Amino acid sequence: MKAILKRELGSFFNSAVGYVVMGIYYFFAGLFFYFYCISGNSKDMAGLFSSMFMITVLVIPIITMKSLSEEKRQKTDQALLTSPLGLGEIVVGKFLGSLIMFVCCLAIYILFALTLCFYTNGSPDWAVFFGNLLGTILLGASLIAIDIFISSLTESMIISAIVGMCAGLLIFFIDSIANLVSVGWISTAISSLSFVDHYQNYTTGIFSVADTVFFLSITVLFNFLTLRVLEKRRWS
Amino acid sequence: MVEVKHLTKTYGDIKAVDDISFTVNDGEILGFLGPNGAGKSTTMNIITGYISSTGGTVTINESEILKDPKGAKSQIGYLPEIPPLYMDMTVRKYIEFMFSIKKVKLPKQAHIDEVLSLTKLMDHQHRIIRNLSKGYRQRVGLAQALLGNPPVLILDEPTVGLDPNQIREFRTLIKGLGKKHTVIFSSHILSEVSAICDRIVVINNGRVVADTKTLELSSAITGRDTLSLQVEGSVTSVTSALKTVTGVRKISVDKQLGENIYSYTVEHEKGTDIRKGVFHAMSKNNMPILYMNEGGMSLEEAYLRLTSDKPLKGGKK
Repeated sequence: MKAILKRELGSFFNSAVGYVVMGIYYFFAGLFFYFYCISGNSKDMAGLFSSMFMITVLVIPIITMKSLSEEKRQKTDQALLTSPLGLGEIVVGKFLGSLIMFVCCLAIYILFALTLCFYTNGSPDWAVFFGNLLGTILLGASLIAIDIFISSLTESMIISAIVGMCAGLLIFFIDSIANLVSVGWISTAISSLSFVDHYQNYTTGIFSVADTVFFLSITVLFNFLTLRVLEKRRWS
Repeated sequence: MVEVKHLTKTYGDIKAVDDISFTVNDGEILGFLGPNGAGKSTTMNIITGYISSTGGTVTINESEILKDPKGAKSQIGYLPEIPPLYMDMTVRKYIEFMFSIKKVKLPKQAHIDEVLSLTKLMDHQHRIIRNLSKGYRQRVGLAQALLGNPPVLILDEPTVGLDPNQIREFRTLIKGLGKKHTVIFSSHILSEVSAICDRIVVINNGRVVADTKTLELSSAITGRDTLSLQVEGSVTSVTSALKTVTGVRKISVDKQLGENIYSYTVEHEKGTDIRKGVFHAMSKNNMPILYMNEGGMSLEEAYLRLTSDKPLKGGKK
């Protein structure tokens, strides 16, 4: 698993992908930071984080697009699947590689928070800051799991990225979809899957076990599905 | 030892592999021959555990690939048709990566050096794989297959796309490997298989159509104007006795088969029958003839007959 993880990180940072993703993320984070905190003269970073929700949804498919689709296209999955490595190790290695890449993107927030410490009276609300950071990591982890699953279904990284983004947008607008449904219980069922809803508590600095369990379950579920896809490919 | 028993693989209605069985003994080089699309790669992918079979079993030194995949896979070095290379890595980094995922227990750097020098990649170890030529990529593929000195090597058309010099080098390398490893080697090139392999399995349309010693299939490779012989006696006395036979043009010694037993190929003039002459010459010198075969079918013809839809008489075991 360590080897897969190392190789994943290498593929991000030995190619442009890692830097482009970080560039995009930092650019938007910087932009929102400027609007909410510097221009708006505020210590509250919650606005920044909730605005970045959308960017996260769109950036993660770019991180994961190559993950398994490229292996399949280049036939390198043959090396992985004929090695004594377990399928679980492959999936977890891939997942952690993308997660670490995403956490590198998030590092910029620490810089922003420190900037606020230096240039404003008093520090930002640390509870809100770390709540948001944790929320973003959990959100990222579940989206990464979903997008790696999508990547395992196709040989084309373009399709993988586009479908990943569409899935992300669907998740983003799931509340609006729920509102359109007139049947009460279906509407409730759909909105209970809302990532935005589950993310809300973190933005106010509240650690909610239920929301954490929600994101972790999504992560575990989709990693498991990816595993099944790899297994199924062997059997078909 | 690799044991393949009643292997079947179907894709929908299409039978890609249809009841294939063969055994490869330790230290044997098995040539896996067949035209394109005969099911060679599918069979190899099943043996290495990349895809599953619809039916049948594959056993690698007592580990069955489906029941004990980790045990079986750790004994196989596999070079697929398209070497599984990460284009963005350097040769050495890639080999180190493969070393880790194969969970090799040998001293890392020393073993990698050994494999790289065996495949003559030492001077190219810091080059990025994307920039390597086809021949070198093939070598990198072979290098990763050799990691951990696996007892079984499976090579899927390893010489495709190489230039004649590289092919020759590759053959020598594989022949050398056959001394320490069990090798299954697929190809659709006849001369290659007959040059390297001890035994040939010919498959066509997913079925085994021949499973014989290379020597037997190629005994008459040079055509109808040759005589294949196996005689007990020293090379010098046999050749000098053969020279006395009228009609004999050229005598070549093929292989030592046992103590004082050699096989010969005798070229003779077209249309002559030298068998009686050879018999008298040998018996006069008290050298027993163990095998004699007049010309017959060339390997090429045998192969063409085998892989066309007409079954070869006596070809199937």
